[in-house]
Amino acid sequence: MSAPATDNYITHARGLRSWLFTLDHKRIALLYMMSIGAAFLLGGVMALLVRTELLTPGKTIMTANQYNNVFTLHGAIMIFLFIIPSIPAIFGNFLVPVMLGVKDLAFPRMNLASYYLYIIGALFAVAAIGHGGVDTGWTFYTPYSTTTSANVIAMTLGAFILGMSSIFTGINFIVTIHKFRPPGMTWFKMPLFLWALYATSIIQVVATPVLGITLLLLIAERITGVGFFDPNLGGDPLLFQHFFWFYSHPAVYIMILPGMGIVSEIIPVFSRKPIFGYKAIAYSSVGIALLGFLVWGHHMFVSGQSTLANMIFSFLTYFVAIPSAVKVFNWLATMYKGAISLDTPMLYALAFILLFGIGGLTGVVLGALSANVHLHDTYFVVSHFHYTMMGGTVIALLAGLHYWWPKFFGRMYSEFWGRLVCVIIFIGFNITFFTQFVMGSQGMPRRYYDYISRFTIYHQISTAGAYMLAAGFVVMAVYLAASLVRGRRAPANPWGGATLEWACASPPPHDNFASQPAAPDPYDFTGMEYDANTGEWERR
Amino acid sequence: MPLDLSKIVFSVQQGYTPREQSFWMPPPGSTGAHEVDWLMVVLLYICTFFFLLIAALLVTFAVRYRRSRVAGPQPSASHSLPLELAWSIIPLAILIVIFHFGFRGFLNIMTPPDDAYAIQVTGQKWAWMFTYPNGFVDKDLHVPVNTPVKLTMTSEDVIHSLYIPAFRIKRDALPGRYTTTWFEADRTGEFELFCTEYCGEGHSAMMARVVVHDKAEFAKWLQDAGAFIDRLPPAEAGAKLFSIQGCAQCHSVDGSGGIGPSLKNVYGTQQPLQGGSSVLADENYIRESIMDPQAQIVAGYQPVMPTYKGRLKDKEITVLIAYLKSISGAGRKELEFEAGGKKSGKEDAKP
Repeated sequence: MSAPATDNYITHARGLRSWLFTLDHKRIALLYMMSIGAAFLLGGVMALLVRTELLTPGKTIMTANQYNNVFTLHGAIMIFLFIIPSIPAIFGNFLVPVMLGVKDLAFPRMNLASYYLYIIGALFAVAAIGHGGVDTGWTFYTPYSTTTSANVIAMTLGAFILGMSSIFTGINFIVTIHKFRPPGMTWFKMPLFLWALYATSIIQVVATPVLGITLLLLIAERITGVGFFDPNLGGDPLLFQHFFWFYSHPAVYIMILPGMGIVSEIIPVFSRKPIFGYKAIAYSSVGIALLGFLVWGHHMFVSGQSTLANMIFSFLTYFVAIPSAVKVFNWLATMYKGAISLDTPMLYALAFILLFGIGGLTGVVLGALSANVHLHDTYFVVSHFHYTMMGGTVIALLAGLHYWWPKFFGRMYSEFWGRLVCVIIFIGFNITFFTQFVMGSQGMPRRYYDYISRFTIYHQISTAGAYMLAAGFVVMAVYLAASLVRGRRAPANPWGGATLEWACASPPPHDNFASQPAAPDPYDFTGMEYDANTGEWERR
Repeated sequence: MPLDLSKIVFSVQQGYTPREQSFWMPPPGSTGAHEVDWLMVVLLYICTFFFLLIAALLVTFAVRYRRSRVAGPQPSASHSLPLELAWSIIPLAILIVIFHFGFRGFLNIMTPPDDAYAIQVTGQKWAWMFTYPNGFVDKDLHVPVNTPVKLTMTSEDVIHSLYIPAFRIKRDALPGRYTTTWFEADRTGEFELFCTEYCGEGHSAMMARVVVHDKAEFAKWLQDAGAFIDRLPPAEAGAKLFSIQGCAQCHSVDGSGGIGPSLKNVYGTQQPLQGGSSVLADENYIRESIMDPQAQIVAGYQPVMPTYKGRLKDKEITVLIAYLKSISGAGRKELEFEAGGKKSGKEDAKP
């Protein structure tokens, strides 16, 4: 059993200044966790407002303009303030140095700067909400976004600054993973979570500047009237869509790859088996990152893009499906002949496989050109990306949250409530979003304030599911908060993980490790046994 | 012997294309709908198969290898190249076949025949306008059955997208360029038409009807439709034009609120303007509001109305003004006076 940790990163220094100016990657991760959690709460409230408004056709609780603002904010907050930073900034920040057995990231000050850029970007977004609102949808399509009277400039400046924050995090991870690996940890002995973050960081550093430039051009067009995108000024509205998706399609892999990394960590640990096909999973992360740059045009099949471009983008889209399929089958093969325990993190990881499976498979439907013409910009698409982004990334984030919660805070949460809420969220999610597949395929367009009566029943089922989801999250907040006060003290290694974070105390001390630990095989569980007295796994 | 894929596809198409509304799809109304529907059905089967495969493996392993049921993990291969190649190459082969049929169907539903009946489409916030070969403009899309119809689309302002679920077609309408799509309705009736590119406050109200007539009926409809301004009394013609031009998408005529001000009791009254002044809504003001809508904005409303300069003829504006008079207390008196005056004038002329 680990020595009772009297000094850990939380108690190491006291006072507000010690938090606001901290260079400790673990404290910055906690700051991110609180801020990103607040963003998720705000985005979630917006989602409930949207679903409540759609409970009946016509006006239910708000006007069309208010609705347009609310759905825009739901999308913009969830994408830019929540899901893009979420896993890298919280779990990446906390775990990259610990998994490498070092004290901190390569650039601790840059890490803190990325957090404050995030806060400044978020303030711009909040300012936009307070002054004029934003009604463009999170995609800011021109010429609507250059002609609306809403406060597009503040919002896009916010997204621009958040992009800088994202780039800082990416650079930090790339350098740290290249330079700080301990002796003996070759590329193919790294935990797969680090591979996933590495691939993610490459996309962040390469793609985000394109978004930044695009948003600046948009701002320039609004302020100076120089025509980049507005045809009345001699611009081309499709150019904006190309620029935007050149970032935003790779960005969906920024969102999903870290989630896949979490699932790749959890499944071996709870199956007590080495990950099946380590190299295939590692390469597939890189493959997704590279192929992800070549498929942006599949968002534009009915936009007026040429038929040749449509053909090429549809073809390439099918190739990006393969690395994801490889991962899913490799996870399943890892479970084969294992000794599987369905603790809360594992339940979420399995929920991820099922929900992301549906999200990925419906992507195959959308990639088919003729079917896409019917389904584009309907609720089928809305449902597809919620299955990948919420059923995928958010569920993976919850898996990671429950997996690393003892490491973050040194306390165990209630396993009963953990599993129950996982089931509630799984069911609530499917009620909310599977309905939307059917409704979209039946012809319901997205971003609609009002709808014709034949869609009413679908909207009402979907809204009921959304309330169920919300209830699940409320209960989760309660039992997680309760664990901080009353939870059993967590041992260093409650799940039997073999990666280095489980070799240091829960919560880790300020310096993580007293001396540089040797690189372990991250998926070798032989000889590990569970001690029921201490609640801890030890290697014999 | 080479596999004749097209024959298989044909038999699949015949077998799997429902005529009625199904769980997934609205009832089809065009030849192109079948091109999409059979592929959707096949894709849904493929997706269901793979989902069930994943779910079955997952549940089987989770139950069969529960920690409480097994003594511990049993050794098995840590990787297997043949297996991994199999679950890369087999899905890829299936995906490439899907790509092929998706692309082929796309070419069919996007390439209009040369002899298609041409209709011009203009999207604007927040109504569609369909211009027929004889110059008649309507807010609804009327077409003959069993005839290929080609839509050439553009937009007056932001990007819109024309979507007819029953025909499975969708295409964006962009400002400053033309895009086309086509369909051939294979049964008569009425269908929904939506805007599917977000365009602001009235986005979800930007709907229209698609009315598929039989061929003779369509010819008669088009002939009658074009001539109503000369046939009907001015106020009635104005009411019809008001509806056809889609004015009612933003302006109510019963005093209730909307994107633009209600036009009930507007004519002949003082209208409060942005900036505090006001103006008498007379013929010239109404004409200016239609041709140059940004010139004087009614207090409390956004300057979002598009101009109708070059799109409405003088004769049409005159009947619109007559209609606005007919729904205003002050205007009705004027109309009555005009009618009475003419009458008395005629009487005066009698010897």
